[in-house]
Amino acid sequence: MLKADFLKTAWPEPGKRIWIGKEVNRIDGVAKASGRAKYTYDINRPNMLWGKFLICPHAHARIKRIDTSQAEAIPGVRKVEIVQGEGSEIVFHGDEIALVVADSEELAVDGVRAIKVEYEVLDHVVDETNLDQIPRGNRRPGGRRRTGNVDEAFASPEVVTIEGQYGIPMITHCCLESHGVVAEWTGDDELTVWISTQNVSGISGQLANALKIPAGNIRTICHFIGGGFGSKFGPDRWGILAAKIARELNRPVKIMLDRDHELLSAGTRPSGFARVKLGVDRKTKKVVAWESTLWGTGGPGGGGTSISVTPYIFTRIPNQRREAYNVRANVGPRRAWRAPNHPQGAALTMTALADAAAALGVDELQFFLNNVDLTDRPDVYTQELLIAADLIEWRKHWHPRGESGSGPLVEGLGISMHTWGGRPHNSQALVHIYPDGSVDVQLGSQDLGTGTRTVIAIVVAETLGLKPEQITVQIGDSRYPPSGASGGSTTVGGVSSSTRRAAVDALEQLFEKVAPSLGVEPTDLVARNGRILSKSKPDLSVSWKRACRTIGMEPITGQGRQPDPEDQPLASQGVGGVQMAHVVVDKDTGVVRIKRFVAVQDCGLIIDLKTAKSQVYGGVIMGIAYALYEECVHDPITGRRLNPNMEFYKLPGIGDVGEIIAHMMVGKVTVTAPDGRKITIDYDEPGVIGLGEPPVISPGAAISNAVANAIGVRVPRLPLTPDRVLAALAGKGGLA
Amino acid sequence: MNAFEYASPQTVQEAVELLGPGWQDSAVLAGGTDLLSLMKDGIVSPRRLVNIKRIRGLDRIELIGDVVRIGATVTLEQLLRDATIAARFPSLTQAAAGVTSPQIRNMGTVAGDLCQRPRCWYFRAGFGILATGPDGEPLVPAGDNRYHAIFPEGQAYYVHPSSLAPALIALEATVEIHGPQGTRELPVEELYRIPGSNNERELNLGPREIITAITIPANGVKNATYEVRQRQLLDWPLATASVALRLSGRKVVSARVVLGHVGPRPRRATGAEAVLNGAELNEQRIEAAARAAVQGARPLSRNGYKVQLAQVAVKRALASLA
Repeated sequence: MLKADFLKTAWPEPGKRIWIGKEVNRIDGVAKASGRAKYTYDINRPNMLWGKFLICPHAHARIKRIDTSQAEAIPGVRKVEIVQGEGSEIVFHGDEIALVVADSEELAVDGVRAIKVEYEVLDHVVDETNLDQIPRGNRRPGGRRRTGNVDEAFASPEVVTIEGQYGIPMITHCCLESHGVVAEWTGDDELTVWISTQNVSGISGQLANALKIPAGNIRTICHFIGGGFGSKFGPDRWGILAAKIARELNRPVKIMLDRDHELLSAGTRPSGFARVKLGVDRKTKKVVAWESTLWGTGGPGGGGTSISVTPYIFTRIPNQRREAYNVRANVGPRRAWRAPNHPQGAALTMTALADAAAALGVDELQFFLNNVDLTDRPDVYTQELLIAADLIEWRKHWHPRGESGSGPLVEGLGISMHTWGGRPHNSQALVHIYPDGSVDVQLGSQDLGTGTRTVIAIVVAETLGLKPEQITVQIGDSRYPPSGASGGSTTVGGVSSSTRRAAVDALEQLFEKVAPSLGVEPTDLVARNGRILSKSKPDLSVSWKRACRTIGMEPITGQGRQPDPEDQPLASQGVGGVQMAHVVVDKDTGVVRIKRFVAVQDCGLIIDLKTAKSQVYGGVIMGIAYALYEECVHDPITGRRLNPNMEFYKLPGIGDVGEIIAHMMVGKVTVTAPDGRKITIDYDEPGVIGLGEPPVISPGAAISNAVANAIGVRVPRLPLTPDRVLAALAGKGGLA
Repeated sequence: MNAFEYASPQTVQEAVELLGPGWQDSAVLAGGTDLLSLMKDGIVSPRRLVNIKRIRGLDRIELIGDVVRIGATVTLEQLLRDATIAARFPSLTQAAAGVTSPQIRNMGTVAGDLCQRPRCWYFRAGFGILATGPDGEPLVPAGDNRYHAIFPEGQAYYVHPSSLAPALIALEATVEIHGPQGTRELPVEELYRIPGSNNERELNLGPREIITAITIPANGVKNATYEVRQRQLLDWPLATASVALRLSGRKVVSARVVLGHVGPRPRRATGAEAVLNGAELNEQRIEAAARAAVQGARPLSRNGYKVQLAQVAVKRALASLA
């Protein structure tokens, strides 16, 4: 079809937006709330088999013998597949040893219990809190960096030196829906997989390699997913095994990980620990020197400690000396966890900065404002710091560290700041306009719960002058045009760009069909409020439905892609955010409660203000979780994970999160800086930028700083549990 | 989960007859909030479940003369909402409210709360109630014991998880037990024992016995429970104190102070009681009683903080009555 290209794809001007930037309800909200939305866990196929894994109970062991005969003898057990056989070295608790496939989930569990494995238990390393006690062989250098002259800076009489140590433990993704898959062969070399994934368009290719069939013969479906957070990009061992065994037994196979298995094996966020020394100029109160030793573990393979993100954001400190170590430990292997490396960077940097402010007797807000020029976006942070301070009522509630009254209940405020990229991923979209007036849009994308479906509907509706509920959004199926994986806050920029272009393309084609019947040029038409109108003759118009009758038999197909070298960019990257916490601490019990939490965030042009705010709420809650509750506890004796369950792997409930205020930076914002300078920024101008990662980065540091402000001492490591808070108050705070 | 028989008798007598002589033979099923997860995790594998929820009359709360009788299958939600209980035993209402999961309150029963198994993460991982390693050595003292006992007894380092037991013990409650030999009564205080091996249980109940009711004398004692919990969402208390005081004006005639989640049995703090008995209930006395309550605590490597929490719980429970 000829491409006309007379309409602009640029986002409409602020005054002309009908849906973009408004608070639009999720188009799939009712389906989700009523249970009509089907997740992978809900997929059950006729004649389907269930698979369950036997997992290793040891942190480090060699398999001496496996006896599967009793499992195989159970009626209804169809297959026992050894995943890691005799002689294999297992390097963490929870790794898969064997898979039992049976007629029912219960029989598969019986089969797993009937397998006998003899292990040679080997020495383990599961505690990385003390760098000096980690065996040499488990410690690898992770880089050294030097800028300026640190020794000279620290030696200067004008410089005050502050030292501290900080830690943020290994945690998991703990997706509400665990990982899993249903695999069904529909022909000799044709496979359909329903899989809980962040990567609908990317699974088939990965599976094809393992199964040795053409990728195009594999259909991947994921209409709804119960969370991924970076842990669901691949088919995984279970996906490949489900497909292989389904082919062998000629029956569909379903494998969903049990909660313990998911917590043990399906990904962790690497820990981060640091010894930090800061130098601050006595007069200017500017940070002039930074020295740090950073370490952490990303599991048996090590890795996951990034020297480039500490100091976080304040990268322009003139004198720096940094070293990092990666620790290999017999703990669950790492996977990307929402904003990889950034929460660690914030938790190890913003805490040290707040300690410096406290040591100098400077208001923490003033200290951060005073040092924003050490970041890459001082104007954005200045605006956000001042807006967040108003929302948390900083002037009213702030007090010098520890000066919080005499009773057991003390309050405190704390700050953290963050950044993220959020560039658009590659995406292709098709928009169909049918002769009956209906419209659908197809992308091989996925909605992680972030509102992607709704955003796509809004973009089509805005472009075609319709309502979001009139648009059928078809995603979650690899038969649709490919879109990137949803990771790194790349989805909204990608799908909104491709969808906008596809919708504009479709509209141009419709205008060309309709124009003759109205006796005007296609370029004279606009689509608004369910009608096609002439710009030159205001009373000349036709309803959307009637206009679509001119299409003929075949529907119009509009195509859009991201990137599109022939078009201007509609999305970009690079955001800043500021968060502030107001906490109440019971000094007698060490229990920390969130009173109010303010998140001020920039993310470019916002498509749906409501789901954008929801993203921030979700990120903040996830951050409160790791600030106060979450950690993987390992037994020093056996090396086992002691809390692979949701009883002792604690997450907050709605009663634990306090009041959360999400403030989005939109449009032109003018703020007067402390020096009297008027700062004006147009936050819509860069176009659409991703938002998934940023709001989860700062809560750990902001809450830790608020607790320090409340109780007068730093609790060195997260989560801020009663035992650690009381230890810090007793002067015994450490990294343990 | 292993295959098992399921029986749903109509009378206590039938239920008792359906129970077997060993723990592996059968288990009593009420709310199932603990039993089912124990079975799914393979920690227990009873051959038969005997459901007692269809037995009539076990789900009532009654005031009979000077005694309140709570049926075994009364749910925590029923207990929480009961006016008879709230008027006389706020400490029980407070303890039930501490179970902050509506799902568990709606399914879980009063007797089930008393009989649930410890939450020790070594026990739940299959290392036995005494949490022993391959050579029989105790894992808890050198392990991660942040949630374990500060008053361990013998080889038992777990804490008993019951929410209601400390309040019931403070209130001098009694459990009514049916077994093959008929009916017997036992003070709640004597319901718990220390297992001598991983094969023993932590209750003074036989495998063929069923708790049918709990009776509490309604004798006008002032009472309160204070739990230290980290979360508002369902969370095990880190320490609990239940107190019951017979007062004459501001003077304590007699006191019962019971600590929960500090040892393998709810712990009578007799030292604290002695401090209070005959004294005026004032700030100094309360402080002294709280200190006395944790005297002799033997915290492990990681749970020293619980000594302070238990002390605070006693202090706050008493202060709410002062």
